[in-house]
Amino acid sequence: MKLLSLTDKLSLNKFLVNEGEPHIIIDKKACQTCTGKSCLTGCPAGLYSEQNGEIIVEWAGCLECGTCRIICNKKAIEWKYPQGGFGIIYRQG
Amino acid sequence: MSSEKYEVIIIGAGLAGLSAAYSLAQAGIEVVVVERGDYPGSKNLSGGVLYSRVLDKLIPNFWEEAPIERYITNYLTTLMTKYDYFNLEYKGKALGSIPYNAVTVLRAKFDRWLAEKAEQAGAMIVTGIKVEKLIKEGNRVIGISTGDEEMLADVVIAADGINSFIAQEAGLRGEIKPLHLAVGAKALIELPRERIEERFRLTGNEGAAYAMLGEATRGVAGGGFFYTNQESLSIGVVMRLDDLVKEKVKPAEVLDDLLQHPMVAPLVKDGVMTEYGAHLTGEGGLHMVPAKLYADGMLIVGDAAGFTINSGLVIRGMDLAIGSGIAAAEAIIEAKGKDDFSEGSLSAYQRNLDESFVMKDLKLYAKTPEFMESDRLYKQYSHMVNHLFGKVYAHDMSPKEHLVKTAMNSLKESGISLFDLAKDGIKGVRAL
Repeated sequence: MKLLSLTDKLSLNKFLVNEGEPHIIIDKKACQTCTGKSCLTGCPAGLYSEQNGEIIVEWAGCLECGTCRIICNKKAIEWKYPQGGFGIIYRQG
Repeated sequence: MSSEKYEVIIIGAGLAGLSAAYSLAQAGIEVVVVERGDYPGSKNLSGGVLYSRVLDKLIPNFWEEAPIERYITNYLTTLMTKYDYFNLEYKGKALGSIPYNAVTVLRAKFDRWLAEKAEQAGAMIVTGIKVEKLIKEGNRVIGISTGDEEMLADVVIAADGINSFIAQEAGLRGEIKPLHLAVGAKALIELPRERIEERFRLTGNEGAAYAMLGEATRGVAGGGFFYTNQESLSIGVVMRLDDLVKEKVKPAEVLDDLLQHPMVAPLVKDGVMTEYGAHLTGEGGLHMVPAKLYADGMLIVGDAAGFTINSGLVIRGMDLAIGSGIAAAEAIIEAKGKDDFSEGSLSAYQRNLDESFVMKDLKLYAKTPEFMESDRLYKQYSHMVNHLFGKVYAHDMSPKEHLVKTAMNSLKESGISLFDLAKDGIKGVRAL
């Protein structure tokens, strides 16, 4: 079976993105003191990355599981569900 | 601000919320379900089979109309190492007979069907609306706010899933520990029906379900699941959050490894991935169920109440969701008879749960999470079993040893002491 990159996996899904209204907000100051940075590996959609010493999240591809919120040991991730109707729309589930 | 009044508001159109809605509507109670997704099921993901006898209680002969994928007749437990695997399989005739014991479902289809049933019974389903917060009068929950609009009710049911912000807001649930949660990453793989039936040795709508331990999660606490739908396969890895963090593995990579494993690869060959999803699931069993599941004007059901059981062999959540939805509806019907929706009156919900399979099974498996904490289950035992059978079947012209001696060697090779084995054995027998 053909394996897909994470980006290609996410592109199989249907998302309705609420442009300009991120549902995940990172307290970047708190990240500065974080050594574990579990978000970089734990997110099943691989949305977290570190760029120029800052943690960035590409929230538009969020699968809305909530893993990052629970595993962040700095409590630096403010994570809510997207506004009603927006976000991931599973067609199979 | 307008504020309409209903008898019952249910937050979340998953299996728990919809089962409650259906039961309430059938009893003539005015109920509205508020769902944040575009349609019921659009935010939901199944990671296992639905043990469906309770669904037959809710909707008799459900199989005649529900969009079920397959009824599970073949159960397999797999112990995996990187290149080897050991399978334990059970196929039972009764499992393939009405009333079916367990079925696979695709939630985007199944939840929509259950929502339609609830609507036909008289419930109102509102989609695309997120509940922002509860409205309270003193300690009593009297309704919900969506930001622009308020809705009032005698009782609010929080059926908002594993992350249940609403149960937390109500003070019924604290923050859940990473030890009590696992993330599932799942792929849906389309494959023609005939191929599925040949490869999994199925006839007609029979189905197979695998629980996979060991290398399926690269030794991270948890396991893999793999089951058949009509024209697709669902495969995923479930990993406990504390261990996921400790081992620093990436869920999507673990899933890719599993897809290439010698047991899985031939079964998914030429399949096409059509969806990739992730969802949290409870792993704490009874330990993560809040001490109190009701308050003045409020009840919590399903995943929001932490109702999941993972016995290692069997993973359950959907049946407990339906059971708790029914128990909640019955409590509300009783409370309505007394016109009393106070905490004391709604405590009938706890009694109903205690008398039903939901709490009885949670209590029976209360010790399982503790047993499942043993690292050896995810690492050493898979190695040991595969090592042992490797030796049993290998005839390389060196003299054979007695089976007991071979087994002792496999234990030693896998780093399991007899003391560990005895300890896990005793814990396992108590837990399962």
